Amino acid sequence: MSLKQKSRLPQLLMLLGILSLGAVFLFPLWQITLDAAQFPGGLKMHIWVNKISGSEKNIIQNINILNHYIGMQYIEPDSIPELKYFPIVAYSMMALGLISLVLNKAWAYLSWFIIIAILGALGIYDFYLWLYDYGHNLDPKAPIKVEGMTYMPPLLGEKDLLNFYVTSYPHLGSGFLGLSSILALAAFWVKRKSK
Amino acid sequence: MKTHYLNYVAGLSLIFLMASCGNQGSETSQVLGGSAAEQAYVAPGEYDEFYAFMSGGYSGQITAYGLPSGRLLKEIPVFSKYPENGYGYSEETKAMFNTSYGEVPWDDSHHIELSQKDGEFDGRWLFVNGNNTPRIARVDLKTFETVEILEIPDVAGLHCAPFITENSEYLVSGTRFSVPIPQKDVPIDTYKKNFKGLINYVSVDPEHGHMELAFQIEMPGFNYDLARNGKGKSHGWSFLTTYNSEQEHSLLEVNASQKDKDLMAVINWKKAEQYMKEGKFTERQTSYFHNLMNEETSIVESEEKTLTKILDPKNCPDMVYFIPVPKSPHGCDVDPTGEYIVGNGKLSADMSVYSFDKIMKAIEEKNFDGNFDGIPIINYEAALDGIVKKPGLGPLHTEFDGRGNAYTTFFISSEVVKWDVESKEILDRQPTFYSPGHLVIPGGETKKPDGKYLVAMNKITKDRYLPTGPELAHSAQLFDISGDKMKLILDFPTKGEPHYAQAISADKIQPNSVKFYDIEQNKHPHATLGESKTRVERDGDEVHVYMTAIRSHLAPDNIEGFKVGDKVYFHLTNLEQDWDVPHGFAIQGATNAELLVMPGQTRTLLWEPKKPGVFAFYCTDFCSALHQEMSGYARVSPKGSDVPIKWGLNEKLRENEQAAHDFYEKAKQNANIGK
Ligand SMILES: [Cu+2]
Repeated sequence: MSLKQKSRLPQLLMLLGILSLGAVFLFPLWQITLDAAQFPGGLKMHIWVNKISGSEKNIIQNINILNHYIGMQYIEPDSIPELKYFPIVAYSMMALGLISLVLNKAWAYLSWFIIIAILGALGIYDFYLWLYDYGHNLDPKAPIKVEGMTYMPPLLGEKDLLNFYVTSYPHLGSGFLGLSSILALAAFWVKRKSK
Repeated sequence: MKTHYLNYVAGLSLIFLMASCGNQGSETSQVLGGSAAEQAYVAPGEYDEFYAFMSGGYSGQITAYGLPSGRLLKEIPVFSKYPENGYGYSEETKAMFNTSYGEVPWDDSHHIELSQKDGEFDGRWLFVNGNNTPRIARVDLKTFETVEILEIPDVAGLHCAPFITENSEYLVSGTRFSVPIPQKDVPIDTYKKNFKGLINYVSVDPEHGHMELAFQIEMPGFNYDLARNGKGKSHGWSFLTTYNSEQEHSLLEVNASQKDKDLMAVINWKKAEQYMKEGKFTERQTSYFHNLMNEETSIVESEEKTLTKILDPKNCPDMVYFIPVPKSPHGCDVDPTGEYIVGNGKLSADMSVYSFDKIMKAIEEKNFDGNFDGIPIINYEAALDGIVKKPGLGPLHTEFDGRGNAYTTFFISSEVVKWDVESKEILDRQPTFYSPGHLVIPGGETKKPDGKYLVAMNKITKDRYLPTGPELAHSAQLFDISGDKMKLILDFPTKGEPHYAQAISADKIQPNSVKFYDIEQNKHPHATLGESKTRVERDGDEVHVYMTAIRSHLAPDNIEGFKVGDKVYFHLTNLEQDWDVPHGFAIQGATNAELLVMPGQTRTLLWEPKKPGVFAFYCTDFCSALHQEMSGYARVSPKGSDVPIKWGLNEKLRENEQAAHDFYEKAKQNANIGK
């Protein structure tokens, strides 16, 4: 590796980090799967940075129909503000990444890494709050009431909820998000070493 | 009577034989029994390898079975109204029964034909004939619904139908009973002078499957019984058996069984196509109906057609020939190579096998034995490839396994006989219980049979199942034909009297099966796409209820303002978009049937309230844990009363002009329509 190429390495790593962050628009961040006897293959719900979708076209409607028995709120992607401003945050971070790449300073890469790490943690906390709200804030007139039962899906892991076995795990989008922070950290590391 | 008795004794003695084997407790019989059961066994949760579609005979329907398990998967209503799902009762499907005789709510369905491409089943459509009021129906195999019925004019007893060509170009059908053409009031004993038979070519649109009567060929007044089309080298030709070449009209069992040989019609349909292009046809005014389900609205649109085009063999040389065929033939089957045509004389002791090459040669050399009504009769010996000598009594139908073997059912001697197509040598015979009609091998009619199983469809079932009074279930018997010897591995009862069946590899249908109708594609004029749009509208004595169904309520669920003498149309839209979640609708006192509405579909039930009161309606399909709660009330006031129209859900009855209240706004979002 020539010296010139070596000096370009942090910028290259940061560029890959930015592209990797962009991948959150291509893949869901999280997948919640509802498994029950009468749903062969399960119902898979995908949470994206900007939308909620499913493995099939009408999965949200079908999950809402199931949720109505226990008085869970309907999932209405239009009424979730995060889905509108998270994409702006992501684009902003990509822009900041570009700035750090132009500056090509160790502190710039480190700052970017710290911000994305904090945002990621906040995102997960926000997700937790939504899950808590869906699981606990039940319609008092729900047709099916089970004493002491709440229906919060696990943030991470697996759980029995009545006839459903619910699994909740990060999906590819989160992987790319993690990768982008690692790449920024690597950019910082290489830049600092090369001094 | 005597033959029946003999059958019965033969059958019983075989059962005794089997029973005595069992009594000895020999290991071999147990092993054999065990392995037979295993071969037909499909474990819970596993799928069958083949779909078998059986015509329903006098039930007018089609049933779908899995093979090898013999599991009944679905009854598909075709020619008979079906209260189970409202087919023929709902306003959308009533028109499927329109004919030139008015509404005909029943028929006799006989021959199943799956659509073909390059001589193989493509799994797209299934066709079946209505024998009594001549019609051909098309079932869409994505939805297993009847989507089209075409009436065939000026024929009677459309038994010889609807046989398909190797690229589904045409469905060929011949009249079983000849009749005066055009119909007229004549003495029946003027048969020879006035009665004619038509052979009909219905074209199939390659993209949508839509049927159209392309042309008819006017033939002598015989009884046209069964047909097959050529394949491979014989593609472009049709072969139709006829009986009653005596042209008798009374006591046919005697009078039409006198000649030692009848005639098989051989038709060059490519030539007929050419004559049509050249305009060698005559047009005749007639009346027949074409009923087609509109794919967007799922409403049947019915159209009366009044013109038919007819080719006369006298003006169309080289288009039609006859060949003598042994006494009173029934089946007429072409082997997978397209070279051999088997004519089964059901009153003959032997079976004639013709060679297509020899037929062509005889035609070329004009090796004819005179003519009938100007139609040349090909010399029998010149066209014959060979005779299967004394294979059994009463040969009816033949199918092929693709390994050079043919299998023929024998009605009188109650058996299936396996023979070698080339050598005409008999290889095996197995008894059936009893009196088989058709038999089917998956793809057995095509260029590429899947020669693993054979199903014989039996007309008589005495002692095979628990008795059910004087009428017993008809029986299908499944044989494993993968080895040298046929082996009976399963009996299963069938619905109606199945005539013919076709079986197709499941993987040609299963992946295309529709799970629900896309509600965004629902263009039904009375569709209600969201609960917020539910409403009740009065127009004179007509009341239209725009209703929706979703787990677990109907909206609206309380309706007031109906009056005795109203015509109430319930237009029910199922808002679900999930597999296997139909909702039903039934209302007390309706004089028709229920509705079963598939997810995303709209169906309409006409209700004419007869007396004042409050009448319950409910969902008939156990759709969810709260299915029992899925119900509502319709209030009917006396004729002339001034109770206003009101409707609502959740105890909020709504005035006609009242704006949509909160509940509906919320429901609209919940239903998530258009997202
Ligand atoms: Cu229901």
